[in-house]
Order: sequence, then C-alpha cells, then structure tokens
Amino acid sequence: MQGTIELRHRPRLCMGAAIAGKKEGEGPLGQGYDQIIEDDLFGEESWEKAECRFFYTAADTCIRKAGLTHQQVDVMLGGDLLNQITSASMAARELKIPFLGLYGACSTMAESLCIGAMLVDAGHVKTALCAASSHFCSAERQYRFPLEYGNQRTPTAQWTVTGSGASLLSSDENLPAIARCTHVTIGRVTDLGIADANNMGAAMAPAAADTLTRHFADTGRSPADYDLIITGDLGRVGHDILMELMKERGCPLIFERYMDCGLQVFSPDQDVHAGGSGCGCSAIVLNSHILERLRTGEVRRVLFMATGALLSTTTSQQGETIPGIAHAIVLEGSDPCSGAC
Amino acid sequence: MFDKNAKPSPQRQRQLDRYKQLVERMSPNSDMGQGLLRAFWVGGSICCFGQFLQEAGKMWLGMNNTAASTFCSTVLVLLTALLTGIGIWDKIGQYAGAGAFVPITGFANAMVSPAIEFKREGLVLGLGAKLFTIAGPVLVWGISASVVVGIIYAIWPW
Repeated sequence: MQGTIELRHRPRLCMGAAIAGKKEGEGPLGQGYDQIIEDDLFGEESWEKAECRFFYTAADTCIRKAGLTHQQVDVMLGGDLLNQITSASMAARELKIPFLGLYGACSTMAESLCIGAMLVDAGHVKTALCAASSHFCSAERQYRFPLEYGNQRTPTAQWTVTGSGASLLSSDENLPAIARCTHVTIGRVTDLGIADANNMGAAMAPAAADTLTRHFADTGRSPADYDLIITGDLGRVGHDILMELMKERGCPLIFERYMDCGLQVFSPDQDVHAGGSGCGCSAIVLNSHILERLRTGEVRRVLFMATGALLSTTTSQQGETIPGIAHAIVLEGSDPCSGAC
Repeated sequence: MFDKNAKPSPQRQRQLDRYKQLVERMSPNSDMGQGLLRAFWVGGSICCFGQFLQEAGKMWLGMNNTAASTFCSTVLVLLTALLTGIGIWDKIGQYAGAGAFVPITGFANAMVSPAIEFKREGLVLGLGAKLFTIAGPVLVWGISASVVVGIIYAIWPW
C-alpha cells in the first residue's frame, strides 16, 4: 500500500454546507449554495475578519442543518490560506469545538476529510466537522498585490474563490448519510520544477497524477470504477495536464467522468482566466453540487481529490519551485436499500 | 536538496525537461496583439490628455512651461488617485496593462492602492510601512540608475 487507507466502518458524511461570495453566487453552481453573501466584507471591518465569518457561518450552518449543537461535535478539522491559518482558528475561538488546524493550501478540504474520516472510522470521535475557507481579497493582499492595483493577470492565473464549505462526518446511525467514506489516499509532496506562481495548475497536476496512480494501484481500481473523479482547483491548464499525465501513465481519465471544481465554479465569461482556486473552491463545490448529486443518486461513487500548492511568497521570491500535494477520499452514495439493510 | 552542488540525476533532469515542455504546450500565452493594441490606445490617450492639460495651462491659465508640466502631472496623479479610490483604475489597468502604468498614472496607482489596502493595519505599521511596497523598488532602482547615468554624463568628454 502506498498511502491508501481503507475505512472499514465506512463513516457517514451526514451533511454539508457551502457559503459563497457574490461572484461565486453568480457562477453556474450559484443555485446550490446554502447562502450567498453579497457583501465582500460580510459586515466586518477587514477581509480577514470577513473570511473568518465565512468559515464560522459554514461550520455553524452545517451543524445546525444536521440538527446538532456545537457541543455535540467532538472535533473540528480545518484551515485556510492565510498566514498562521487565522480564519480557521479565530472561527474555532467562537465555535468552541476542539480544533485541529490544518494547512494543506488548496487541498485543505480533502485533507480535513481524510483525517476526519480516519478519526471517525477508528472510533476515536463520533462526530467530526471538516471545513475550509478562502477569500479573494485576503488572498490577493497576502500573495499578490493590493486589490486596487491595476495589474494584468496571465492567462494561466486563477481566481481565488470567496467562500467556505463544511462537512459533518459521523458514526451516529441516527444521522442521515448522504455518502459514506470508504478510502482515503494521502498525498505525496511532488515537485516537477514549476516556479511560476501564476501557473498553479501546472505545479499541482503532477501531485494529482501521483495520488491518482497510487490510489488505483492500491485499490485495484481504474477510472472506470468511478462515476466522477473530482479535482479541487487545477483550473484549465492543470486539468489538461492531468489528463495528459494520466494518459502517459497508461491510466487515462474518462473525460465525461472527470471534473475540476475550479472549472465549474465560475463560467468562462466571468473573467477568471484559468478558473477558480483556493481552499474554498473545492469546499463549496463539494458541499453543494457534489453532495447533492450523491444524495439524489445521480452519481454513486466519487473520488474527491483536492490539490494544494505549498508555496509562500517568501519561498517564491527566493526562487524555490512550487511543491504540490493532492489528497483523495472516496465517497459512495448510500445504497438504494440502505434504509432496509 | 541540501547539497548545493548536487545536480539532478540525468533521469530526473529528463523528467523535468519533459514536464516543462508539456506545461509550455498546455499553457495558453498572453494575446500579444490585443495587449499591444489596448496598451497603445489607452496609453496614447492618457498622454494626449496630458499634452492637452499642458497646453491648456499655458494658453488659458497663464502658466510658463515648468508650471504647465507640473500642472499636467498633478492633475493626472489626482485623477488616478481618485479613480483608484473609487475602484475604477484597477479595471483600466487590467484592460490596458502597460498603457495605464507607464505614464505617471501608474505611479499614482502604485502609491494609492497600498495606502487603501494596508490602512487597516494602522497609520504607522500599516500605511506607513507598506505605502512603498510597489513603488519602492521602482524608486530605488530608478533613482540609482539616474545617479549612474548622471555621473557618466558629467564625466563624458563632450
């Protein structure tokens, strides 16, 4: 086995919540979000506080939708893109749920689900909340330029999603199960020498290919065994590169059954160049659109794999290349007979 | 990786080169023609407007040459600062690229945008410390270059 763990008790993914910003709300998946926040500042004084509120609102909405109270959640796992993951920890300060902060860049949603599912599967906790957030404005000022600076983006650049998603995992039989987590594959940090911070898709695609290859080898499955393989935010460029890399490895992805959240979250006329990115990108798409498709039975077995670019502004300026990572989790919709058997 | 003199193995180097080629093949390039067209028409228009301001200063406001060019710069900086503040300039910059930032308007935008962005961290450590984050490097190297050129000019034999 190369990083894949089978979850024998198949922990339940009981509920998801997605809170999105205005631009995301205007995107093709706008109908599915629990709440669309028109005000970028979410009524707060700074972008950082706004992002924190996004995180809090997603977590709180998810818990309430599942009919639980904050006290009934045993652990919260999550993170965001900001330095010292302050959005997540400051939201955790308000939520008062035992908290493990995670940093996996844009892979955080999958990372938190992997760890949460393992904790629930092992019986250490009954209920775990997994969440991630990002905010266009806070990410821009930290990683790039002030918002009002009139710079041009390259065609390979991506647009950080404003939003937060949360999923509730539980072993509690009384809670509804939208899906069950059956396998996780932990990513390896992979770097094929891309140093261009405006081409994250290219930096992350090799990590995605590595995780996919190991996952298929470990489980003895192939892309055809999945109704949908979902990547987090590879964007246009990364999507095409991953297709190509998997073809080279003799394990081609099926075009119709492969989607990238970064390509779905915005429409091409929203001027986002190569697509959406950020922790929030895969988090809001998973917790609205994908869970809905699992719930209705439109797709039965999906592989959710969020990718992250593990760079900082400092390492970039020092000329380091960009290490990528990709964590994957398999979600299976409840069996049609799940009520009876 | 911690051995500074280590070269990647030939196999690894081949992998890196192949991947680089793949990425280049898959990544779209900026549309040069469109970029140039936009930069020239917007940049040209800004410069024409600047020239108009100078001439207007001389013709109707009774300014001499120096005063008129100062007047032109001041008005352009003021207008850019205003448009940056109300969130319009970044759109012009995105559209026109160098056409918007090569004239003095770019300098104004580079000063005002960090001022807006970082004022939340306070007047001293926020605005004060970050005001020159974008314009700073341009000033440092611009002034350094002008000093070097100035010295050469001063000692040049003709």
